[in-house]
This record gives sequence, C-alpha cells and structure tokens, in this order.
Amino acid sequence: MIVMDDVYFTYPNGVEALMGVNLKIEDGEFVAIMGQNGAGKTTLVKHINGLLKPTKGRVLVDGVETTKVSVATLARKVGLVFQNPDHQLFSETVEEEISFALKNFGYDEKTIRERVDWALNLLDLNEYRKVSPFMLSGGERKRVALASVLAWDPKIVILDEPTIGQDYRQKERLKQFIVQLNRQGKTVIIVTHDVEFVAECNPTIMLMRQGRIIATGEAREILTNETLVNQASVALPEITKIFKGLEDFGFPRKVIDVYEAADILYERLGGQR
Amino acid sequence: MAIIEAKRLTYTYPIGEKPAFRDVNLEIKKGEFVIITGPSGCGKTTLCRCFNGLIPHFYGGRLEGEITVCGLNVREHPTYEIAQHVGMVFQNPENQLFALSVEKDVAFGLENLGVPREEIRKRVDWALKITGTYELRNRAPYELSGGQQQRVAIASVLAMNPEVIVLDEPTSFLDPIGAEQIFDVINSLNKDLGITIILVEHRLDLISKYASRVIVMQNGQIVLDGNPREVLVSEEARLIGVGIPKATLLYKILKLRGISLNGPPLSSDEACRSIMEVMSR
Repeated sequence: MIVMDDVYFTYPNGVEALMGVNLKIEDGEFVAIMGQNGAGKTTLVKHINGLLKPTKGRVLVDGVETTKVSVATLARKVGLVFQNPDHQLFSETVEEEISFALKNFGYDEKTIRERVDWALNLLDLNEYRKVSPFMLSGGERKRVALASVLAWDPKIVILDEPTIGQDYRQKERLKQFIVQLNRQGKTVIIVTHDVEFVAECNPTIMLMRQGRIIATGEAREILTNETLVNQASVALPEITKIFKGLEDFGFPRKVIDVYEAADILYERLGGQR
Repeated sequence: MAIIEAKRLTYTYPIGEKPAFRDVNLEIKKGEFVIITGPSGCGKTTLCRCFNGLIPHFYGGRLEGEITVCGLNVREHPTYEIAQHVGMVFQNPENQLFALSVEKDVAFGLENLGVPREEIRKRVDWALKITGTYELRNRAPYELSGGQQQRVAIASVLAMNPEVIVLDEPTSFLDPIGAEQIFDVINSLNKDLGITIILVEHRLDLISKYASRVIVMQNGQIVLDGNPREVLVSEEARLIGVGIPKATLLYKILKLRGISLNGPPLSSDEACRSIMEVMSR
C-alpha cells in the first residue's frame, strides 16, 4: 500500500511542486494520475520510488517511510518507467539494458537470462536484442525502458506518459498489457494526458491541479464531470462530448466508452431506421 | 498549383538496409490541410524530412526520384533556403526553443537572414499575436507550459512567413487543453492565412474535422490518400491500424448494426448533430 500524508515538495529553485498531497493506493489498484502540464504528476510519482523525498509530510510504501530506505531497496518494489526513455537508457544493446538492473540486484545468470527473454517476448522486442536502444524509434525505446523495469518484477509499476509516441496498435497492446499486469495483482499507476486511453482502460482517476489532488474516483464519474475536468486541463472523452450534446433528449450523461455508446444509441434509434 | 511534388521518391538512411519509404508519388496543392498518419515506422516522419531538405542535406543517405518544394528542387537547394518556404515544428518544443526570451526565440530565424530590424519587430509581433503568445514575449521559454512552448515554436516558424508548415506530432507532450489550442492555431494558419499544412499525427480525434485530406502510409508506401471521411471510415484504415476518431468509430459500429447516420462524422459535434437528425426523422 502507498500512503501520502500531507506531502509538500519544493524544488531547489523554489518551485513548489506538491502542496499538501494526501492519497492512499491499495495493493492491486489501477490508478491514472491526470492533470495539466506542470501540475506535479511526475514529481508525485518520483516520491513513490524515493527518487524525491518530501520537503514536508510523509510517504509510506508498505508501511515504511521512503526517507528510511535507500532508492535501491525501494526500486525492487517500485518500478518507474520515465516519460522520456532517453533519461533511462544507456546500454549498448537492448539485451544489456534489460539485464542491467537484474545484475545489480544480484540475480544468478540463469535467472537473468530467463527474465530478459521473458521481457523481450512480452514487449515484442526480440528482433532488437542485439541492437543499440538509440537506433530504435521513440516508441520502441519506450518499450525497452518498460521491459527493463518489468524484468525485475516490481510489485508496483509506474508508467509516466506511456502512450506518447505509440501508434494505435501499440496503444491497444499497451492497454491489454497494463490490464494484464493489474490482474496479476500488481499495483499499476499511470501518469497520462491521454483521455481516450484512460476512458478505454477504466482505472481509478486522481486529478491533480497546482500541486494538489483535487478529485479521486472512477473514470466514469471523473471524466464526465466537466467542471473538474476543466479545472485539471483534461478534456472530456469524445464519446462523453457526444452524449453531453444529447442531454436534452434524455440520454445518460456518464458515458465514456464507444461500445456502451453504441448500445445506448442502438436501443433508442433501433426502431427509427 | 502543386506546392510539393514528389515523383517516384525513394529514400534509404545511411545506416539503413532497406528504404524508409519507396516509390512515393505525391502532389500537395497550395492551401491544403493534409494529415499524414500510419503505424510507427511507416516512413511518415522520414518523408516529411524531405519537405525542407533535412533529407538529403542533413541526414545524408540515398535519395532517388524527384522532389520539388515551392518550385525548388530539394536536392539542389540548401536547407536554409528551403526553410524560408517550409517551416518545421517537432514533437517536443523543448528541443526547438533555446533563447532567453520568447521574443528572441521568435526573432532568431529572421536575424539570421539579415532582415531589417523594423521588419523583424513587425513580423515577430504578428506571429506572437496569431499564436496567442504575445503576452508571454518577455518570459523565458523554459518557464512556460508545454502548450505555451509549442505555440512559441509555431510562432518562430510563422515569423519566417512560410508557405508550408510541417508539424510532426506537435501535441503528444501536451495536456488535452493545450493540444486543442495548438490545433485551433494550426487551423487558423490554414483557413485565415492560407498556409499549406502537413500534419503527422496518430491521434485523430480532435484534428480530423479541420483536414482536407488524409494520407495513410504503411511499410514505406502511401496506401490510402483522399477525403478524410472516405479514408477514415474505410475498412483498409481499420486493418492498417489507423486510430480513427471515436465519432467515426461510433458511426461504423452503428452502421454494422443497421443504423445509418447521415455520412461519417469526424468529430463529436458532427456525430451529435447527425444523431439528432435521426432522432427527429
């Protein structure tokens, strides 16, 4: 379980990025943190793996305060995939990149080999095993960064803007993959602007604005609340916009999914073909 | 009149074994708003790099076939010359901005060309106003939000008074409100100023309604090219894995189930209107 208790964080240059964050994320939860550029989303998740320590307040991962353990210890539990994969990648080949952390954690060679193979297969990177990460496209580098974190099997997986640079197919795969990770009991936290992606994945949403969490709730509740969504510079999903326009005709307002939308419209329009 | 014309264009990167795109025939007319989409690695970004001469002048490699941009043969004219006609805006505005103030960033290209001071002043102010960044002119780019930075990047391209602006996924780092503002700016450059727009994009929900044409690439070739409605509703687009707008997808699902809305919508507004029409039949 992750707990933040009145967390403040001020960067050395004086920017106050977090201003009193309180949250609780249970084991096995699937959470999307959304909000404006600069709202503090990335700063917040860097507190979960201990890269940043609060200026004031407490962050507890499984009951232990992040100030009391090293980042290396926390990292075994919390895998963070950065927004920009280039902040993370440095090895000469994809294979070395993925095995790096495993070596550091002291796994034996056989286990490392197995884990690396597993991660390469999982993220469809087998053909790039011997290739330099820097030869790959932005979307592919993001998958390498993700593979290198998943390889050590952390129980909490945090993905910062995982859909940037991914095409439609890759996003579909990413979605299935995230849902699958979550089903295996992992806590999955994504930081994202991608309203349509979130509407399809259906996680718990935490909306941030100016260093605070302004709302937490089910995707259907949060994403259809225009006032909240505007406050956080997020947009309504396209499907929600359609139903907002149809409100006077007695259609439900809290619709975010295209297939649900089709069902509702089929019911209503079916007789009027 | 064609502002960009490619004939049997094929390009291979210096380190590449096979061409990034091959045998591309393309004619883009002045004033068009073209979206180029397709799966990662399909060659769309590479193709756009030919439009301002980054290929072949910066990237090297092997370029075969013919390409003319604004009447200039790309192979024969250096990038700085083509850049006066074609502006480029990239994914991450941070990579494009570097000066200490917004105003200086926007003036940089013009100063390099030796444009007279008064003229620079005029064009910088004009570009800042059109992109809604005039109020930010004395701020440092790094202090701005991603959306503001991207609008400054567009302003700095616009100040050069280009005939064509090429944008490569300009909103992928932005929050949705920031993205909508960028798309509005791009649309007004096209509709109000008549600038030819070429936009590389995966996320088509917010932008399709503004486009006059959609080109889909796959494996280095143009496979679909036409009116956005026809292209995005086509079965081929789905099979290739184009992220068609939700409104268009809804239309397709309903059609399969026997309910026809009037023509495929490209946006939530359009979908809403055509559902209301069916309701009042």
